[in-house]
Amino acid sequence: MAAIEFSEEQSMLLETAADFCRTHSPIDAVRIQIEQEHSTTPELWQAMADLGWLGVTIPEQYGGLGMSLADAVPIVESMGRHLMGSPYVATTLAAQALITSGNEEQKTHWLSEIAAGAPASLALTEEDGNWRLQEITATATANGDALTLAGSKCFVLDATQAKVVVASVMLDGVARLVLIQADQIPSGALAREVVIDETRRSYTLQLDGISVPQSQLLDGADFVALEQAAMLLLVAEMSGGLAGVLHVIIDYLTTRKQFDQYIGSYQSLKHPTVQILLSMEACRSHLYHAATLMAAGDAEAAEEAVRMAKAQGSEAFAFAGDRAVQFHGGFGFTYECDAQLYLRRALWCQYQFGDAAYHRELLAPLLLDAAV
Amino acid sequence: MSVTQAELHEFEQQADHWFAENKPATPDFILPETFMEVGTDQQFEYLRDWQNKVYEAGYVGMAWPKEFGGGGMDQVFQDIATRAMAKHRVPFLPNTIGLNWAGPLILHMGTQAEKQKYIKGILSAEDIWCQGFSEPDHGSDLGSAQCRAVKDGDEYIVNGSKIWTSLGSYAKYMILLARTATGGPNKYAGLSFFLAPMDAAGVEPRPIKKLTGEYGFCQTFFNDARIPASSLMGKEGEGWKVAMATLTFERGAVGGQAGGLSMMDLSINDIVELARRAKRNGRPAIEDPHVRGQLVDLITESRSNALMATRSNVPALASDWPTSVSMSGKLRSSELKRRMCQFAISLQGANGARYVSRDAVDGGMWQRSYLNAFSGTIGGGTSQIQHNIIGERVLGLPK
Repeated sequence: MAAIEFSEEQSMLLETAADFCRTHSPIDAVRIQIEQEHSTTPELWQAMADLGWLGVTIPEQYGGLGMSLADAVPIVESMGRHLMGSPYVATTLAAQALITSGNEEQKTHWLSEIAAGAPASLALTEEDGNWRLQEITATATANGDALTLAGSKCFVLDATQAKVVVASVMLDGVARLVLIQADQIPSGALAREVVIDETRRSYTLQLDGISVPQSQLLDGADFVALEQAAMLLLVAEMSGGLAGVLHVIIDYLTTRKQFDQYIGSYQSLKHPTVQILLSMEACRSHLYHAATLMAAGDAEAAEEAVRMAKAQGSEAFAFAGDRAVQFHGGFGFTYECDAQLYLRRALWCQYQFGDAAYHRELLAPLLLDAAV
Repeated sequence: MSVTQAELHEFEQQADHWFAENKPATPDFILPETFMEVGTDQQFEYLRDWQNKVYEAGYVGMAWPKEFGGGGMDQVFQDIATRAMAKHRVPFLPNTIGLNWAGPLILHMGTQAEKQKYIKGILSAEDIWCQGFSEPDHGSDLGSAQCRAVKDGDEYIVNGSKIWTSLGSYAKYMILLARTATGGPNKYAGLSFFLAPMDAAGVEPRPIKKLTGEYGFCQTFFNDARIPASSLMGKEGEGWKVAMATLTFERGAVGGQAGGLSMMDLSINDIVELARRAKRNGRPAIEDPHVRGQLVDLITESRSNALMATRSNVPALASDWPTSVSMSGKLRSSELKRRMCQFAISLQGANGARYVSRDAVDGGMWQRSYLNAFSGTIGGGTSQIQHNIIGERVLGLPK
């Protein structure tokens, strides 16, 4: 199999998404949206639904387009390129949880809702910031036909818009996934978190006092697939973000003069900018390689590829954001300079679902201890 | 030209078999890792014989035109043969300048007569080629070349010197960039490009001792050397254009090379394998958590480059800077190789301080490889110049 496969459909999705995000998410619009309550407008969300994007990964029998997660990558990459906020990633990941772990009834109901435009979200991480998805303390206790939930979850994206949240909880000593409907969340259970990427809408979800029917427990609990999907889409955002921040840098380096010279002519700025370019291309290569392997269902090879992508991309994007601020000099220190938007985005992406050091540690046995 | 999968498969097996059968025995002297390191007659003859054998068997120049000595086949066959060479880790083909730069250049813009005269000898290794671009006072700044060529009847009289002429003492021809006029509108205007015979009177290649202590490069002196006017390639004064075309082949930015290995391939797996054997403080280096992290990084970077090599098959994924991948090949691969060798030495504990000798880990090949790796990060335009070129030509940053 080719190292990178990119279908005609992906190519068309990339073209459409690039155009859509360029049109609807110029940097001024990103800044206006930062001041709003939600991460996107109802009109834009509807437009994404109309384009079929919410159903890209959802099987046709549930109203989706029946494509794979690899087909969501060009969409998310384009959003990342323009710092476009929306519940798209959270919704797509919640759909993945249902696809890989839900039963027929759960899929029929919720995947159809999502394909038709219902935002959804995931509640996996907890207060201690542990990246190991099955090391959690929130619990579910069987109580007749109901499950009584306890504990709290963090980094629940777009939770106030989500019609359903997929939360991880310990049930009888095993990490499981449970669906929580919006109307089952009491008022006051969601608290907005202050996070470094201001385009995100992130919430703490207090589970104490929430009770759901047993039928909302997902049959399976494929945390491996869920983690891979989350990493893949984060890398897609990072790959797009790297291209975006590179444009910001180049614009400044080719217009700003100091000591009668465009600052881009100074090698101390030019050379790291080239390094950013090459790291962006490397990120893109790893991203579509991982997407290819995931679409082919090669879980072992995909794990290696997607962790490599997350490790490489996390450091590359953070470096690019860091240099973007520095290269803008005094202006870079201001809120008005767009470089900070990318740096903050890069830090979010770096620390969600494992940073570079974490993935390197997990990659070591996969890459070094295999039979010779 | 349509080729069936069955044909390809059959050819793949045939090539695989041939290289398995014909891989030459390891000699009792250390082989160089690239053409830039050929330092003794023994090394040279071993490698030249090997290239000749590969050519006679039809596994190099497979996609070059048949009428000039090539195989006249689809490039896909050459790619398969080259992969078989890599798989069996056979020696590289020493006529690197001819196979990868001069040959493609002649096929791309040479006359019928030039193709007739030079191509076959390049492939068979009968005619070794060297490159005369850099000068002692102008390393990466080729446009400032001062070596003079003055027309005199049907000859040019050449004076000056060229440096870093690998294989200079073995070469029959040199691709030579020389100044035929001064006082033009810019420094590039007066340059001309020659396919110069090395056996002309007044041409004297003198071996240079490298940082490794070995020989491998020459400085080539021209003292009233007379070369035929017919060796001028293209028009007088248009040498810069021809030299730039040559560099696109050298940097691998365009295809057309004859194929085959041009250097001893150093794979990241070799380093992982070394990490299993080498000891740090009594334990295999691969058990050290810090070493493991660095190895994972190098494997990841190595994978990046391998994936990057396939990106040209996916034009839809070209970024906003579509030439970035092809223009950065030399920079990425040479810098990675330098760092891999540097890292390999760090796995050896106190023995990292040894050099080529019986007591050294793997005979000291890692130390020697590291010192030689600078040929990649300096030759063909230093990594620093590469950053300038990519910054300016790919990203559009000001000079």
